[in-house]
Amino acid sequence: MTKKTMLFLAAALIAMPVAAQDLGAPIGTDQPVESVAVEGEGSDGPLRGTVTDETAWSDIGIAIPAFATDRERATPANEAGTGALGREVARVITANLQNNGLFKPVGPDSLPQPDFTQITAPAFTTWSGRSAEMLVHGYVRARDDGRLVVGCYLYDVALQNELVREGWVVAPGDWRRAAHKCSDLIFSRLTGESPFFDSRIAYIAETGPKDRRVKRLAVMDSDGANHRFLTLGSATALTPRYSPDYSKILYLSYVDGNPRIYVYDIGTGQQALVTENRNPTIAPRWSPDGKSILYAMAVAGNTDIYRVPATGGASVRLTDSPGIDVGGSYSPDGSKIVFESDRSGSQQCYVMDADGKNQKRISFFGGRCATPEWSPRGDQIAFTRIAGDFNVAVMNTSGGGMRVLTRGWQDEAPTWAPNGRIIQFFRTERNTGRSGIWQVDLTGQNERRLPTPVDASDPAWGPIRP
Amino acid sequence: MNTKIATILLLASATGLAACSKKAPETLPPAPVETATPAQPTGSAQPAGAGVGTQAHFAGAVGSSTTIYFDTDRYNVDSQDAAALQAQAQYFARFPQITFTIEGHADERGTREYNLALGERRANAAKAYLVSLGVDSNRISVVSYGKERPVALASNESAWAQNRRAASVIIN
Repeated sequence: MTKKTMLFLAAALIAMPVAAQDLGAPIGTDQPVESVAVEGEGSDGPLRGTVTDETAWSDIGIAIPAFATDRERATPANEAGTGALGREVARVITANLQNNGLFKPVGPDSLPQPDFTQITAPAFTTWSGRSAEMLVHGYVRARDDGRLVVGCYLYDVALQNELVREGWVVAPGDWRRAAHKCSDLIFSRLTGESPFFDSRIAYIAETGPKDRRVKRLAVMDSDGANHRFLTLGSATALTPRYSPDYSKILYLSYVDGNPRIYVYDIGTGQQALVTENRNPTIAPRWSPDGKSILYAMAVAGNTDIYRVPATGGASVRLTDSPGIDVGGSYSPDGSKIVFESDRSGSQQCYVMDADGKNQKRISFFGGRCATPEWSPRGDQIAFTRIAGDFNVAVMNTSGGGMRVLTRGWQDEAPTWAPNGRIIQFFRTERNTGRSGIWQVDLTGQNERRLPTPVDASDPAWGPIRP
Repeated sequence: MNTKIATILLLASATGLAACSKKAPETLPPAPVETATPAQPTGSAQPAGAGVGTQAHFAGAVGSSTTIYFDTDRYNVDSQDAAALQAQAQYFARFPQITFTIEGHADERGTREYNLALGERRANAAKAYLVSLGVDSNRISVVSYGKERPVALASNESAWAQNRRAASVIIN
């Protein structure tokens, strides 16, 4: 080793007050996506089309030809130019609508390509001849400042009417976000539901044999794109949760040899303990406003739930039963917390006020109730139902109306899409221990595995991106 | 009770226990490599090959008693666990300079976060028992690995029984 290298290493060690580190390079925070007025005649005001009921969604044929461009220009997003990028945008939208089983989209690779002037004046006869009920048009334009403008239009082919339009200015590296925003616009306009495509997922990437599994913190877009590892894998990482503004991730790491919750800052790549305490801390959760953090801490073997301000400070203990109390999840208005406890002898779900008062068991349907997660819509709680096998189920907030949504051998740890219509979870294979992230919709339909570069567990779906 | 008396009591009880045959778990975990005859705490024979303060020396002295096993979702120390912990306590009384860690584990048939808490509870149950036998609590660290570090890799009852454990380890 040269003297220079040694000096460098010495400097690196001094710069790292924490003895052990397992962090990769920071990925930086989100760039804002700005809405912009798009090409076309002034709208006649919002059209109120028919909101179809959900059984009919999947029958809606939607044509999504390539997005046009006003002028072919190479951009960092696609060297072949804005026209090629327009085709990619249409493919992403098609895959979004297809993968979620909501509609019958037909993508750009089997459709004629409209030119730029047709974006605001579609050739409706072409599309009605293809029995498309809905038509998506759009364009990509490279601005002189290097940013991209993406316009998105939804037309009703039979009515020959524009239903909705919107445009966004994005950095070239964020072009997929424009495709997700357009997917959300279409989805929301046709279903009346809140959007969810423009969101990210934090999860645990798993590699290696069952007894020496490497578990790394990773993030990806809602469709699996823009995948990044955040930790290096020398320490086991578990149970991440995105902060509501995507600036931080809470997760458990064994980086100092013990299970402890860290607050990882995505912008700086730095992390800090959620609470300065020698006891192990597990099961982190954000409050909906991002101002508080719930975690569970074991003291002399007994685990209880605590709340601490996200900016640090004193922790407040919310449960004090001699059983294991763990995994609190806030209602969207922040007034209540659902959690699991084995105080009755087995894991069951309980609801309490946000200050810990009025703890009441809500699960009484046989089997066990674990990892409860309150829906962002407020009306449902997803959980792991243990009754022989492990399955994802939902119930209303008083424990009624329980429905089992999945049928795997071990499906656990549900997380909600930002609009509360889809649930992701992880499924572990018997014997091999291999794991993958799956999703299913609230009706128990459209179950599918998410593509991840390696095995995956502990998905945590973030909100719609700011 | 001072340490000397505690040690004598431990030696006495361990002598009595050495005669009992230990009820084996349904399926035994793989035997430690350098196992001498297990649970002969009063014997003058030193475990060969490994120095004091190593896991091999500890395992050579107490055999399979380095680890205790639990029923599903339970963390109580049963009579079989008590015998193993008594053998451990006797060993740690003989070598008071040794500090060690109890690793608590759960089988894969539990949810991840609950299992972390359960492993913590199991490791602490083992620690509390050792402390009750006179081992200084300052010598014992505790860590839970939940279901993250199985020793038996199949997905069946016997593998799960081997994974629901609290293992005492000497980390050098």
